Amino acid sequence: MKMLTCKDASHLISERQERPLGLRERLGLRLHLWLCDGCRNFERQLALMRQALRNLGRAADAGGADLTPEARERIRKTLAERGKHEH
Amino acid sequence: MATTLRPPKEDALTENALGTPDTWLDEHGAALYKYALVHTRDQHRAEEVVQETLLAALQAQDRYAGGASVRTWLIGILKHKIMDQFRRDAREVPLDDADEPDGASEEESFDLTGHWRNAPSDWGNPEEMLERGQFMAILQRCLEVLPPRLARLFMLREVMEEDSENICQEMAITPTNLWTMLYRARMGLRQCLDRNWAV
Repeated sequence: MKMLTCKDASHLISERQERPLGLRERLGLRLHLWLCDGCRNFERQLALMRQALRNLGRAADAGGADLTPEARERIRKTLAERGKHEH
Repeated sequence: MATTLRPPKEDALTENALGTPDTWLDEHGAALYKYALVHTRDQHRAEEVVQETLLAALQAQDRYAGGASVRTWLIGILKHKIMDQFRRDAREVPLDDADEPDGASEEESFDLTGHWRNAPSDWGNPEEMLERGQFMAILQRCLEVLPPRLARLFMLREVMEEDSENICQEMAITPTNLWTMLYRARMGLRQCLDRNWAV
């Protein structure tokens, strides 16, 4: 089996988050990771990034962000106009 | 603006558990906007999509089943609207034709033999990292450095947790295409984090 380069391995590590890898890909990757510190770190970095981004979405934490009074007013007007047509 | 033009009140919009569009805006406006802002990363897009959401809710209010809380119901509509917005963009300029620099080019990351030019560093204990506000702050800044369209696609996948198949279908792109773009986004983001975080 041809040894994977770090570039190959990085693609597989990323794609593993999107699709199941084939047997050959899994074995090749395992061997590569066993030998390569950089790719092991890369693997952990991607896992951490995914977790951090999920947390971001679940908390939907944009700090104290809020609609500006202008935007609020604009939306209120649009809703009022549309409401009239609806009823 | 000082004057508040309210819609014809209770006579036109009947009061029920669902409330009125006015109360949606008052009680859930901030939550919807925050959610939209996290996912669109743009104030105007976020405002626009909140308005679209409330308009859609106004039209669909008869179909509100009452099972979910009003906020959950509104957030559900909001998610669809964010996806719609993204799809509209993608139609105007197909994603892969977008004239944008790559997140991080392969040549920049790897030498000709396929080895890392700068091997990724050890970021330390994952649990600790996620607790640290500083890491999250740098992550946010690094997301801003990604090409905007690539970033939005990436957010759709990672922050909204939309699955790959759905995204491909909605955006009319092939899986290979999607994987390549996600790869670029990940490479760009991790490179930025490596530079700005790693000790």
